[in-house]
Amino acid sequence: MASVEFSLIPFLAWLVSLLAVPAIILLGKKPDAREGITFLAAIVKFGFVLLMLPLVREGKILHFSFSEIIEGIPIEFRVDGLGILFAIVASSLWILTSLYALGYMRSLKEHDQTRFFACFALSLSATIGVAFAGNLLTLYIFYEILSLSTYPLVTHHGDKEARSGGRTYLSHLLGTSVAFVLPAMIYCYWKKGGDINFTDGSLLTTDIGSGAGLIVLLAFTFGFAKNGLMPFHSWLPNAMVAPTPVSALLHAVAVVKVGVFCVIRVFTGVFGIDLLEKLDIAVVVSWIAAFTVITSSLIALSQDNLKRRLAFSTIGQLSYIILGVSLLLPLGVTGSILHVAMHAFGKITLFFCAGAIYVAMHKKYVSELVGIGRKMPITMTAFAIGSLSVIGLPVTGGLVSKWYLVMGTAQSDQIALLVVFLISSILNACYFLPIVYRAFFCRPEESLYEGGRQEAPLACLIPLCITALLSVISFFNPGLFIELAGLISNK
Amino acid sequence: MTDHLPILLLLLPLFGSLICVLLGRNNAAHSWVVAMISLGGSALLSLLMLIKVLGLKSGDFRYRMGGWPESSSYEVGIELRVDVLACLIVLAVMIVGFLNTIYSKTRVSAEVGEKGSFFYALIQLLIVGLCGIIMTNDAFNLYVLIEITSLTSYALIAMGNRRAALSSFNYVIMGTIGASFYLLGVGYLYIKTGTLNIDDIHNYLRSENLWASQSIVVAFILIMLGVWTKMAFFPLHGWLPNAYSYAPSMTGTFMAPLMTKVMVYVMIRVMLWLFGSDFVYSTESIWSELIIWMSVVAIVAGSFLALARNDIKKMLTYLIIAEVGYMVGGAWLGNLNGQAGAFYHILSDAAMTFCLFIAASIVIIRTGESRLNAFDDLFRKMPITMIGFTIGGLSMIGLPPTCGFFSKWYLIKGGVETGQWEFVVALLFSSLINAVIFFKIFERAYFGKIKGIKEEVTVQDRDTIPAGGIKSVPLSMLIPLCVGSLSILIIGIMNKNIFSWITKALEMVNG
Repeated sequence: MASVEFSLIPFLAWLVSLLAVPAIILLGKKPDAREGITFLAAIVKFGFVLLMLPLVREGKILHFSFSEIIEGIPIEFRVDGLGILFAIVASSLWILTSLYALGYMRSLKEHDQTRFFACFALSLSATIGVAFAGNLLTLYIFYEILSLSTYPLVTHHGDKEARSGGRTYLSHLLGTSVAFVLPAMIYCYWKKGGDINFTDGSLLTTDIGSGAGLIVLLAFTFGFAKNGLMPFHSWLPNAMVAPTPVSALLHAVAVVKVGVFCVIRVFTGVFGIDLLEKLDIAVVVSWIAAFTVITSSLIALSQDNLKRRLAFSTIGQLSYIILGVSLLLPLGVTGSILHVAMHAFGKITLFFCAGAIYVAMHKKYVSELVGIGRKMPITMTAFAIGSLSVIGLPVTGGLVSKWYLVMGTAQSDQIALLVVFLISSILNACYFLPIVYRAFFCRPEESLYEGGRQEAPLACLIPLCITALLSVISFFNPGLFIELAGLISNK
Repeated sequence: MTDHLPILLLLLPLFGSLICVLLGRNNAAHSWVVAMISLGGSALLSLLMLIKVLGLKSGDFRYRMGGWPESSSYEVGIELRVDVLACLIVLAVMIVGFLNTIYSKTRVSAEVGEKGSFFYALIQLLIVGLCGIIMTNDAFNLYVLIEITSLTSYALIAMGNRRAALSSFNYVIMGTIGASFYLLGVGYLYIKTGTLNIDDIHNYLRSENLWASQSIVVAFILIMLGVWTKMAFFPLHGWLPNAYSYAPSMTGTFMAPLMTKVMVYVMIRVMLWLFGSDFVYSTESIWSELIIWMSVVAIVAGSFLALARNDIKKMLTYLIIAEVGYMVGGAWLGNLNGQAGAFYHILSDAAMTFCLFIAASIVIIRTGESRLNAFDDLFRKMPITMIGFTIGGLSMIGLPPTCGFFSKWYLIKGGVETGQWEFVVALLFSSLINAVIFFKIFERAYFGKIKGIKEEVTVQDRDTIPAGGIKSVPLSMLIPLCVGSLSILIIGIMNKNIFSWITKALEMVNG
């Protein structure tokens, strides 16, 4: 049994990026000072998160609550292994993305940069809020804040495409959360009779019955539509109209991972693995996720727009995570939690590369990338590493998480799901490797590019090298992540 | 002194109104001062009354008009009864009235011209009527006070533009029918019980076990029909949209948040205090089931009708009709969460409707356009107004931490507890429709018209250029809006306290 300890740090970690918002707005006319604030907040935030890490590794659970808003439900922060892992990923990548955004936004001379950085800070604050949420209501509140604060980022360009993308974005995310999560949450509150705090066990008891249990489970799984589960996935490809730093951090890491994070919380903290086993309902979610994995990979094959291809790949990878946790086995849960981190490093690299290509060459279609490897060798090397990680090949972190997921599936004796993983991996390779191959190895007359090297500015290049490096490091050194994941899955 | 609070806060606006009449035509400026003093004073008094009632052990107190002695059998004198619920609504009425008077400062001369002082006389009289309705403990007095509010509101609405006269006439007809139903119902009760005091009627019904009597059932139905007409419960809503949208803007901003809500309070009072929950929710009757379905229809229809409107105020008035459905449904769920949720929603809906109507009025006045395209690019041109509107809109959708979220929370919880899933679904559905309605507006206000190609916009452009074309909005309009939007947040954040006061008061009557 983990010991619960009162601590102010989770609150501070949440607060620091929130405080950055007014500072960024006030310094709107001094871009350098404004970006300085972003960096300061990002680094301080990461520092706070690291400060909590040793405590959590000792098996403590940090806890902070204030302002009981509804009888028995305060705004509560509760830091455990899952939360800290997600927080580490999100806050460390925020630093890199800030650097990248600086390079990207300034090279493209984007408008409304103050709004952009302010909303970015706000959405990071909400992300940490979700990661550390100690009860369903807190989770829900920060989830909604995240949807709203990313809306101006998605619609940043303000043109027709951005507006319709934004409309899909909000209608899917807000619509599902209000229609499904809210009633499911109130149902849990009523069933539990008084509080909906996450615990190590389950919030619900077996008297809920399989029928009602399945409805509540599906309401949560579909309701947290940020997880990209079909059929509520179409907000994600549409959100790709956003500037690339947004797609990179938010739509490959923060926002979408919040979606799967919530699902993992529901599986482990609301229902509890034991209860789900008794009710025998998780298999429905497994198959929905399996369907999403295969379908999205097939759709990704046909996308010529690079960012849309990446988006569909993300949808598939998110469903890996849901599939893993729905196996209800320690190995599967560990694999899922690991995949949150591993996929983040890989996919953010890919998005950074897509953005770098756009900044340097103004290209955004896959068909235009033939021969680009000689023009932008560093970027495309990073792209290759990111691809390997997402496919799950050595020497990248993607292999580690996929290893656990496949082992978990094998252990659960669901051969059909094993086949799903296999086919999906092949499809992943099919939609990524040709890009890499044709970028580097094409006949000279096929190449669309000539002349010497022309990389994106350093501010764009450095982050993508670091994330690519992280993908590799996490292959050789996944110990920390496995340990943190184990804190949850070995319960 | 504090014993006389209920009557003092009625007398202050009453005399204020008389003074305004005496000031005569063309004296709007002085009348404004009078109204500010009387309503501000009454608002303070009602706050004092709330504090006093919260300190009382018994939870309520009675004020005997004219010092009539307490009789052993039936009350002869007129009684005012004040508990926490009444205090909260009186406070809401007074605050909205006071803020609305601030708002009306510059609008009166523009919209009603030389009749300014009469406007203030009428609005104070209307407030007297509303507070009387809330506090009275006498079924017949309730009727009289309903008539006072109706007559004053007919006149207030008719002051508006040319179409206002017809909509006011429409309202006269519907309002009179509603009031007549109510009076007829009270007549039946009087015949059966021989008293008009609400407590006495209730006790007599209970002691003589008259609940099975046909006349009592008929009385109940008539009273309900009357009250529903007055609160524009779908499908009895026909008079409301035109009346509220063609009225002068400062009449609309006062009546839209309050009139229907006060009638919802009357309904709850009639249900729980006059007839009693045993009778209303009795298992033999199918009423609960039927009326919850009616409220579901009201919610869905109101939302759809709002969605179809292109006129800002019309759209908002149809949203009121949907919200009335929330409250009727909540009150009829028959459990504490439903009742308290409905009551909490009275407060939160008053705050958000006020906020939205003020913001919409400012937008319509400043842009000279009453359709939704008035909102184009307003975040840049009128940021404060739009922030107020946004808070109101988010509350309508029901996003935390606005009060709209918490009222939905309690209402849904009530629906889940009683297993009335159709009501839960209707609430969620209306949230979603509201989201469509408001985000459509936010999108317009945020982006303006669709701009050309992005490349034309150069760096630093909008970050450094001062937002051009701000048409200044007078402070007298912005202050009420800001207070209104703040109160949305305050009611939301304080929901736990407010809710516990409400449940305590309701537990007392439910026994």
